Formats: sequence, C-alpha cells, structure tokens
Amino acid sequence: MAGKNWMPRWFYQLASPKWCYQITGKLLPGFAIATLLLIVVGLVWGLAFAPPDYQQGNSFRIIYLHVPTAYMAQSIYVTMAIAGAIGLIWKMKVADMVAKCCAPIGASLAILALATGAIWGKPTWGSWWVWDARLTSMLILLFLYFGIMALNSAIESESTAAQSTAVLALVGLVNIPIIQYSVYWWNTLHQPSTFKITEKPAMPPDMWIPLLILVIGFYCFFAVTLMMRLRNEILRRERRSSWVRELLMQQRG
Amino acid sequence: MVATLFPLGVSPEPTVLATLAPGVVWVAALLSTLLAMDGLFRSDFEDGSLEQILLSPQPLFIVVLGKVIAHWIMTGLPLTLIAPLIAVMLFLPAEGMSGLMLSLLIGTPTLSLVGAIGAALTVGLRKGGVLISLLVLPLYIPVLIFGTAAVEAAVTGLPVAGHLALLGALLAFGIALAPVAIAAALRISVSG
Repeated sequence: MAGKNWMPRWFYQLASPKWCYQITGKLLPGFAIATLLLIVVGLVWGLAFAPPDYQQGNSFRIIYLHVPTAYMAQSIYVTMAIAGAIGLIWKMKVADMVAKCCAPIGASLAILALATGAIWGKPTWGSWWVWDARLTSMLILLFLYFGIMALNSAIESESTAAQSTAVLALVGLVNIPIIQYSVYWWNTLHQPSTFKITEKPAMPPDMWIPLLILVIGFYCFFAVTLMMRLRNEILRRERRSSWVRELLMQQRG
Repeated sequence: MVATLFPLGVSPEPTVLATLAPGVVWVAALLSTLLAMDGLFRSDFEDGSLEQILLSPQPLFIVVLGKVIAHWIMTGLPLTLIAPLIAVMLFLPAEGMSGLMLSLLIGTPTLSLVGAIGAALTVGLRKGGVLISLLVLPLYIPVLIFGTAAVEAAVTGLPVAGHLALLGALLAFGIALAPVAIAAALRISVSG
C-alpha cells in the first residue's frame, strides 16, 4: 500500500473518542482565553473607539456583530459538511459527533446574523427585511440548519442519523457559494463583502482591524463551544466504556 | 385546487390576480410535487421491493432516475399541461403563457429530483411527511425564484431566455448529482 502514509498520524488519533476527549481538554483553556481576550478587545475598540461612518454615523457599529456571525454561520456549515463527509467516507464516530454538534451552534449564529442584519437594515435601508438575494439565501441556510437538526433527532439509530444528516448537509452545500456570490450576481441592496483576500479593505484601518479581531475571536468562540459540546457528546455516547468510568471514579476521588 | 382557493381568499379582482398569478401557479406546482413525494419510495419500502432494487445488478442511480421520471410524469407534466387553464382562470396575460409553460416544463423535473432526496432520507421514518417539507422546501426556493421571474419577464415582454437558461442549468446539475445523493440516502435509510 503506497498511499498508506499520506494521512498524518493525528488524523487517525482523532478518530479515537478517548484521545479526542483528552486533546480537546488540553486545548480548551487556551482557546477560551483567546476568545475572551479577542472578543473583549474587539468589541471595546469597535464600539467605543472606532471612528463613526461618514454616511451611517454610529449605526454602522453593528457591523462588528453582524459580519462575524454571518461569517461563522457559513463557516460552521462548511465545517459540518466536511465532518459529515469524513464520517461517511471513513466511518469515523468522532466526525459524526462533530457534525452533530455543529448544527445548533450554526443555527443560533445564523439567527444572530439575520437579527443584527434586520436591526442594521432598519436605519439604513428603512425596513427590517428586504427580499434580496443575500438575505433570502441566508434564510435558506437557517432553514437548512433546522432541517438537519430535525432529521437528526427524528432518526433513532445514531449511526443512521449521522449518515443521513451528512448526505443532507452535502446536498445543502450548494447554497454556500450562492450566499457568497449573491451580492455580485444580483444587483442588490446588500453591500459587497467587507474583506477580500486579494485586496485591501475599503475602510480605514481603525475600522477594519477591530472587525478582523472580532472575526478571529468568533472563530475561537466557535472552537470553544464546539469542543465543549463535543466532549459532552463523547461522554454521553461512550458512557458504557471503561475509560469514561475510570474518569468518573478519578473525579469522585 | 390551491389555484382556485386564491381568488376566493385574496380577491376576485382581475388586476390583483394577474399580478399574483405566476407566483400562485408556481407555489401550487411546488406543493403538489411535495404532496406526492412522501409516497415515492414508501410503498416499495413497506413491501420489501426497495431492498430487492438495492440488491439488483443494475446501477442504483439509473433505477432511481427512472422512479423520479415516473414521479414527474405523474405530477409535474400534468401540471404543466393544465397550467394554461389555471393561468386563464387567474387572468394571466396571454404573453406570459409561453413563459409559464416553458418554465414549468424545465423547472418541475428539478423539483422532483430534489424532493426525491428528501423522500429517500425519510423513507425509514414513520412520520416522514412533515420532515420532507422541512428538508426540501429550502432547496426549492431557487427554482421558485427563477420560475416566477421567468413568467414575470414574459408578461412584461422582457427576454425570458436568461431565466430559462438558469432553470436549465439547475436541472442539468440536478440530473447529474441528485440520483447519486438519492441512491446514497436510500442505502443509508434501508440499512439503518
């Protein structure tokens, strides 16, 4: 087998629930501190010190919540689909658990993105909701999350539920590029992306640096919540295995 | 049926109905495909013939494609054929008729294909019907948008080709990929 070693070792190790539980336990405090630091710094800088927009005044400051949550809602969907695909292909239990844990986090962040968008839309566009391509595709994303959660809880067998939701998540992946490019394909009210990899942002650094900090902070926040949910899920599913019992005995002393 | 409820529920004014007509016909098409969707694999699953299909030497996605086409002939095609009748009842201007027929002809197979994915995922469940609509409706929205846009463009005399091309692209994409997803979903549902 020539292709045997192309996967790094840690990838196989992650497949073991026990090892995964231990490594996330070690990573968790670091990410938690990073999340707290980044979000507090970003919010204080963004809300209190960044200069007001010359057209929108202070109302633009909600961008500091809107953009990170919208980014996260999409990134979490992609994470979920990738984890689902890994679970389908390599039959990894941990990947199934990751996919399952992603859905509620993603759904709540999608709701937050839509809500902050509505609040921002009221003073700038004059209405809470517009049937515009970006908003509609984001709403579809939220419904996809709901569908995935409903399907997952409707199927009793855990492995079947994981496989079915993985298929659904992969089908729904079509929506992600639509959201991403909806602002370029259609003439819409929604403004184009704030960040591009290839270009410098159109905002002064005082405005976009706190935004970047917040985006990274929200990624860390996602990592923290995902790891906490994942650890819970691992413990729940592996409650009959010996290492979980040993862990419990140790904690009780 | 749904189409006759709208004039009673909203208002029998021709001008109001004419503006609503494209959307009403399309939503009716969407709901009628959904209604029949739950039964697509259910009876085969219950009498065991679905397992025989899975075991048969033919590639699964071809069999699945056949079932989807059968479903479309039962729902999408009749709807396309009676659409002019409904459109006249709803006072849709005659210029929009060709756009309506063509968009339904290209759009409804996509609805059947996408809906079959939902049906295949929920076939093993007892209460699949409600779940199907939750899974499938979000994925129907793009078809609905381009379908109604095509009809409205036809009514106002704008070129329809762009919208129809997008519907065609969705259909091509769906025919290529949906049977694979349906086949995978069926294998999961039956084995679980």
